[in-house]
Amino acid sequence: MQITLEIWRQKGPTDSGHFETYQAKAEPDMSFLEMLDVLNEVLLAQGKEPVAFDHDCREGICGSCSMVINGFAHGPEALTTTCQLHMRSFQDGDRITIEPFRAKAMPVQKDLVVDRSAFDRIMAAGGYVSVNTGAAPEAHSVPVPKENAEQAMDAAACIGCGACVAACPNAAAMLFTSAKISQLSLLPQGQPERKARALAMVSQMDKEGFGACTNHYECMGACPKGISVDNIARMNREYLRSELLP
Amino acid sequence: MTHTLDSKVPSGDLSSKWTQYKFDLKLVNPANRRKFTVLVVGTGLAGASAAASLAEMGYKVKSFCIHDSPRRAHSIAAQGGINAAKNYKNDGDSVYRLFYDTIKGGDYRSREANVYRLAEVSTAIIDQCVAQGVPFAREYGGLLANRSFGGAQVSRTFYARGQTGQQLLLGAYSALMRQVHSGGVEMYTRREMMDLVVVDGIARGIITRNLITGQLERHAADAVLLCTGGYGNVFFLSTNAKASNVTAAWRAHKRGAYMANPCFTQIHPTCIPVSGSHQSKLTLMSESLRNDGRVWVPKKAGDARRPGDIPESERDYYLERKYPSFGNLVPRDVASRNAKMVCDEGRGVGSSGMAVYLDFADAIARDGRDAIEARYGNLFQMYERITAEDPYKVPMRIFPAVHYTMGGLWVDYNLESTIPGMFVLGEANFSDHGANRLGASALMQGLADGYWVIPATIASHLAGRKLAPVGTDHPAFAQVEADSKARIDRMLAVGGSRSAFEMHRELGLICWEYCGMSRNAAGLNTALGKIRDLRGEFWNDLKLPGDGSGINQSLEHAGRVADFMEFAELMVTDALDREESCGGHFREEHQTPENEAKRNDEDFSYVAAWEFQGVDKPEILHKEQLDFENVKPSTRSYK
Repeated sequence: MQITLEIWRQKGPTDSGHFETYQAKAEPDMSFLEMLDVLNEVLLAQGKEPVAFDHDCREGICGSCSMVINGFAHGPEALTTTCQLHMRSFQDGDRITIEPFRAKAMPVQKDLVVDRSAFDRIMAAGGYVSVNTGAAPEAHSVPVPKENAEQAMDAAACIGCGACVAACPNAAAMLFTSAKISQLSLLPQGQPERKARALAMVSQMDKEGFGACTNHYECMGACPKGISVDNIARMNREYLRSELLP
Repeated sequence: MTHTLDSKVPSGDLSSKWTQYKFDLKLVNPANRRKFTVLVVGTGLAGASAAASLAEMGYKVKSFCIHDSPRRAHSIAAQGGINAAKNYKNDGDSVYRLFYDTIKGGDYRSREANVYRLAEVSTAIIDQCVAQGVPFAREYGGLLANRSFGGAQVSRTFYARGQTGQQLLLGAYSALMRQVHSGGVEMYTRREMMDLVVVDGIARGIITRNLITGQLERHAADAVLLCTGGYGNVFFLSTNAKASNVTAAWRAHKRGAYMANPCFTQIHPTCIPVSGSHQSKLTLMSESLRNDGRVWVPKKAGDARRPGDIPESERDYYLERKYPSFGNLVPRDVASRNAKMVCDEGRGVGSSGMAVYLDFADAIARDGRDAIEARYGNLFQMYERITAEDPYKVPMRIFPAVHYTMGGLWVDYNLESTIPGMFVLGEANFSDHGANRLGASALMQGLADGYWVIPATIASHLAGRKLAPVGTDHPAFAQVEADSKARIDRMLAVGGSRSAFEMHRELGLICWEYCGMSRNAAGLNTALGKIRDLRGEFWNDLKLPGDGSGINQSLEHAGRVADFMEFAELMVTDALDREESCGGHFREEHQTPENEAKRNDEDFSYVAAWEFQGVDKPEILHKEQLDFENVKPSTRSYK
């Protein structure tokens, strides 16, 4: 395959950045990131600077990938991270645009690398059950209805990549934040801190500069793990409950 | 200075050793804990659980990770599950049985006392994770579900769909972030440990590189914990994440920490085969697939027919044939070696001939497609995404891939290395899995070390030794920082023509060819020569872009490759020295007439702990004799 790439190049957070055009060769069985590996080898051999991008597990679970491909966070395939995307999803002769996830609260650090530390701060604000090591009761002392456990797991599958933010016209982080709030509000272990958690995490989310949800549902469309917007509705209920019935 | 290897294994009855030992340990008064700073390098299961637990106790903790977030460590990719001796299934499980299985599974090359402790604390891990809100699979009655895993004869594996590692890591990460919020932990993301600072023979800090700015930074402390994972990427192609590396462990080794059993590497049998020369990593599929999938190859070499066209009578279900009692569920090392053997006979399948079939047709016919989808849906989907083949219709093609490394830095019962004050947790140490790790045991060990062992044993150092105050203005910090800078400058100054990526791939091929699933003296000696030549080429012909400031991912990678180049030589040396076959280490010279591994307990019932002497100088071998007081080593038989 012969493809033309339009890749966002940006030296650092203060640089304004621009697209550069590259010609690249690929094979259908290559992953998208392997295509970029090959491009970077070519750039290096030509004495040019390789494209910086975050990646690690390359099996769709670490959440490092942070690319918008042809306008879609993680590219054209549903339920697929960039690292799991293969070149067979493209045609010979295609022109492919690659940019970083973009949001004020997730500034670009270089090329396709972005700063997602805001997510960690939202988690630090309350995305946990306060139980010290050693203080846990025996695991079977608190049964959890299977349905709740399954729903909690659906929400807990979030990989924290930030595609939801990149896809949202408001750059909202509500799908990410609501996934954790949902998981813990569905489980008996999460009950004691349920109200405080919802208030603290939502407040931190706002403080980081993420937008609010206006029901576009682009987040759910972009989410490689299929996290449902039902979680956002649940988070809104949790927040209201906590505000109105403190 | 040479150390005598004192494992510090307590005396007494196996089942009371840990309790008695904890009682005998000195304690650090709660009010004094805040006076001690502990550096925790890595935020996988071991690192995150240790950092959170120590901070909860009141220690001042600094936590470091190379990723943009501590949640991305490669523990997150573990799929199958975590073992615990809860005996919820009433199928005869016990702490002793988990201990016994792990010792036997490790082919009698691990320490009894450590393994017993691991089994003993396994049950508390589950309690802790459930309390954190880890959404484990449950039965309709609301109680926890279990499955049998990796050839175990009891159902003791707890799981969260196919994402157990992710959920356990996010649990530990949430505990860590809670401590970040309360000020107990100072979090340093996008930092790579460059070196260890040793003052008066005691580990007193580290030098890190800020991967965003390129700045070198000094961190002084009273104890250093390395929780930096395994070295599987020495093979270039492995199931490890791309950033997984040996650098922190190797640089500590060069400062005096012994490296133990580096030749013990685990090759996992159920991975997706290599598809082309641009392959950057391999993908593992949980071995739970072997519960229902049947492994086979054609009976005839070179049979190129499609799998569906090969009649039953011309298929060889070789695991079921050779190991009737365990069948497709033989341990990982046995399954992997047999896959290699049939491929070497020319009976491999797929375009490369380096794969075997894992066939679900019988299971689908027996249980229905829905049942199989409920069990393995996400794995089938992952397989189809990568290979564009539908495993509900055609058998999967699988081949073994490097997955886990049992070897690692030598530690005593306290998890302390041969450098006092430096502890090693999780996959980075050598301690619990012997020559072969059983499935669902890595998550157990990472969390056991972090949640339960280190919070107790760190007191042996902090309360047991008088530590002089050392700050980052100590000359040792300036010296080690200068060493780190010199190394980076040296790489940038080479100005050659080959990329680190390319040379890493070449190193991997050498290791896989000569030190992979089977090894022999001639091949290992060849590998030594090739590795040295390649290392020479690396330092003469490396090409790097840019400079040491700002984000330079090529430079980061080159530093890790440089360490793999040195480490590979020790791994091969260790494989050469160990003149026996055991676990994942198969020496062709030492096998039975039926091609099974032949262990040599008389001469090799020891941990090989290597002491660094300088690059290009032979390392000194120290032996820790393994004594089996409770389990009599026997030949592992899965027939």
